[in-house]
Amino acid sequence: MRNSHASKALALSAALALTLTACGGGNEAGGNGGGGDTNKVITANTTEPQHGLLPANTNEVGGGRVMDMIFTGLVSYDAKGKVVNELAESIETEDSQNYTIKIKADQKFSDGSPITSSSFVDAWNFGAAAKNAQLNSYFFESIKGFDEVQAKDAKTDVMEGLKVVDETTFTVELSQPESDFPQRLGYTAFYPLPEAAFEDPDAFGQNPVGNGPYKLTEWNHDVNLMLEPNENYDGPREAQNGGINFKVYQSTEAAYQDLVSDNLDVLDQVPPMNLAQYQDDLGDRSVNSPYAGNATITIPSYLDHFKQDEEGNLRRQAISMSIDRQQIIDKIYYGGKVIAKDFTAPVLEGYNDALPGAEVLTYNPEEAKKRWAEAEKISKFGDSELTIGYNVDGAGNKEYVEAVVNQVKNNLGINVAPKPYTSFKELRNEVTKYKMTGAFRTGWQADYPSLYNFLGPLFGTDAGSNDGKYSSEEFDKALSEGLAAKTPQEGAEVFNKAQEILMKDLPAIPLWYQAVQGGWSNNVENVTFGWNGVPLYQEITGK
Amino acid sequence: MISFVLKRFLQLIPVFIGATLLVYFLVFATPGDPIAALSGGKPMSPAVEDALRAQYNLDKPFWVQYGLYLKNLFTFDLGMSFSGQEVKDLLARAFPVTARLAVIAMAIEAVFGIIFGVIAGMRKGKIFDSTVLVLSLLVIAVPTFVLGFVLQVVVGVQLGWAKPTVSGQATWGELILPGLVLGLVSFAYVLRLTRTSVIENKTADYVRTATAKGLSRPRVITVHILRNSLIPVVTYLGADLGALMGGAIVTEGIFNVPGIGNLLFKAIRFGETPTVVAIVGVLVIIFVVANLVVDMLYALLDPRIRYA
Repeated sequence: MRNSHASKALALSAALALTLTACGGGNEAGGNGGGGDTNKVITANTTEPQHGLLPANTNEVGGGRVMDMIFTGLVSYDAKGKVVNELAESIETEDSQNYTIKIKADQKFSDGSPITSSSFVDAWNFGAAAKNAQLNSYFFESIKGFDEVQAKDAKTDVMEGLKVVDETTFTVELSQPESDFPQRLGYTAFYPLPEAAFEDPDAFGQNPVGNGPYKLTEWNHDVNLMLEPNENYDGPREAQNGGINFKVYQSTEAAYQDLVSDNLDVLDQVPPMNLAQYQDDLGDRSVNSPYAGNATITIPSYLDHFKQDEEGNLRRQAISMSIDRQQIIDKIYYGGKVIAKDFTAPVLEGYNDALPGAEVLTYNPEEAKKRWAEAEKISKFGDSELTIGYNVDGAGNKEYVEAVVNQVKNNLGINVAPKPYTSFKELRNEVTKYKMTGAFRTGWQADYPSLYNFLGPLFGTDAGSNDGKYSSEEFDKALSEGLAAKTPQEGAEVFNKAQEILMKDLPAIPLWYQAVQGGWSNNVENVTFGWNGVPLYQEITGK
Repeated sequence: MISFVLKRFLQLIPVFIGATLLVYFLVFATPGDPIAALSGGKPMSPAVEDALRAQYNLDKPFWVQYGLYLKNLFTFDLGMSFSGQEVKDLLARAFPVTARLAVIAMAIEAVFGIIFGVIAGMRKGKIFDSTVLVLSLLVIAVPTFVLGFVLQVVVGVQLGWAKPTVSGQATWGELILPGLVLGLVSFAYVLRLTRTSVIENKTADYVRTATAKGLSRPRVITVHILRNSLIPVVTYLGADLGALMGGAIVTEGIFNVPGIGNLLFKAIRFGETPTVVAIVGVLVIIFVVANLVVDMLYALLDPRIRYA
């Protein structure tokens, strides 16, 4: 394996990923598809969770991957991002606005306390109320009554859209029809909480009691989190191993050395400096597959010459067409990413890689020059400088932003320069205050597998992560139409129509889809990586 | 002597307050908004943002923030981290680990640095001396992270003599490899300092007198040459202790040691002022105490130095 070509290794691992996914499918049907030792405690890499482990307060991967193992919601996602019922018996709606949710009877948290409809309603109300300062509170914004619990000096901390009918039934009323609401319910923010959590949420966050395939038995801060299988769990994600030991790593470099010496079982992020040789190092124990995330460059519409008009659109299109994405992927990522062909990600249901208008994302220096010249006729940009901002504390940012800068500079013959920010917080501070003086790097990782999650929060008028201050009536209309669709499938079609509008305006310039580069040790098998790039830990077995 | 020590301890108070004020201001003045970083680029509702700002006193002016911090300090309340843990607990976990690492590094650089330095100095110009000089130059020239990675891959991955990373307990045994990496650069300096100092002293009048008196060579070397040569070395070691504790960040990162360096790095990145100030405060105290010990060692090494 050591001497084989990288392309061969790539093909091999891709084939392997396919077989493993098939194995994953087998597991859901019950039983252990691939065989192997189901008593082994596997070790996996993580970062120290940034906050206490509360569903509505966990918004980063370090805490998220633990939460997804120790909690479960109404639904969960399989490896392909397909929605699977967990605690939900049924989620019914006729108008995509009023939902009746029935949960399975006789379900228990890991401490034995019962899971009832109140476990959900109380947890969601807690997550939404501004006074609890939960980072994920915006996830509840579509529920009726959200504005009241978010108001300054709120008089109530209960959303009127949530009503308990009986022990196992509750209803949800949204403030507008949203067909992809059921898809969201597998996200961390929507997990239920036992009654005990509300007495002292901070203490609970340090010592959470959940209902997932595992329970947290030990949390040594900055060192590790120990998970044991939860006997009270009865769902599709049953643990196929003896537990998970999440080891906290300060750097992926250290984790990688542990992986190649079999001191770590699963790693979901090969560090940039090992990308060139990891497939040789690990052979058929490595994986490279796209997940639901992308990298983009945003040229905000509040910049002169880049306003949301014909001139600005032409310039954005010209810049997009002057970027040779494949070259950057080959040179910097050793082929480990896939060229973006839309604003979402390929693993999602409804993804279309041939949207009309997508040619603006294809490298075409001649056309790029032409469009830039047309824009120059409308108003002169001349020798003014366009900067592309990035934060230096993220590995690899500098390399790709500088490559983009050079390509745009050479292909359009204009004055472009990279603009480093010392930290993510500094960059985000300027971005969220709309004070940027140039373009900047952006990207999105899906919270839940849905096209809408890549569109609404980023490009809807005044949406929370609309960094470029994009606003289009036509697009907003298409979004609400998509949300009002009867089924998620119909919705996806409308969302793809909406993307055609974005192709013209380019509120962000898609570069490539993210891919997970990971690997596993000689001691484990049945390793699959999910739609979000996180391994399906519960399916991993010992050898 | 006692009044000297007391005076030095009293000096610690303004130094400590000055240092914490400065650091508090520096973290305050770093560009960027900690709350924006907390959201991780995802949207955050304004009401939640306000609530968080109030929770961490970030909505107040600088002097009020610092005043509140000092007030809490007197009741030994070091504040809370963004992760909802007491900064006190963070320190209690990380400092012993880094202290063990620093002690190992210190022992390696002091013991081997001084022994090799004395031998090289006594055999100036001989083969041992030249070899050691070239090797130490090499160690100084190679950056710590290169040395760390190379040792990790060779010893940890290829030879398999040790695990590439340290476990959560960070025991003495596990810390030998990272301690070696951390101490190597200073080892080279200690070696060179000792060597120069020994060469200078071995031609001194009192050494010739001692030899003429008929004292044995080992006694001349250890009691007369070495003792007098140690003053610059001890000065360097004293300052180095603080540097080892605060500067172990690269080594800790490579070997995944859960110590102070990583804690400080994370806290600065997220703009977590209470944690940064607490760590730097403790480091200031260590620096001051280490220098005090060095000053007292002077008197021990050279009888001509007296403290009234």
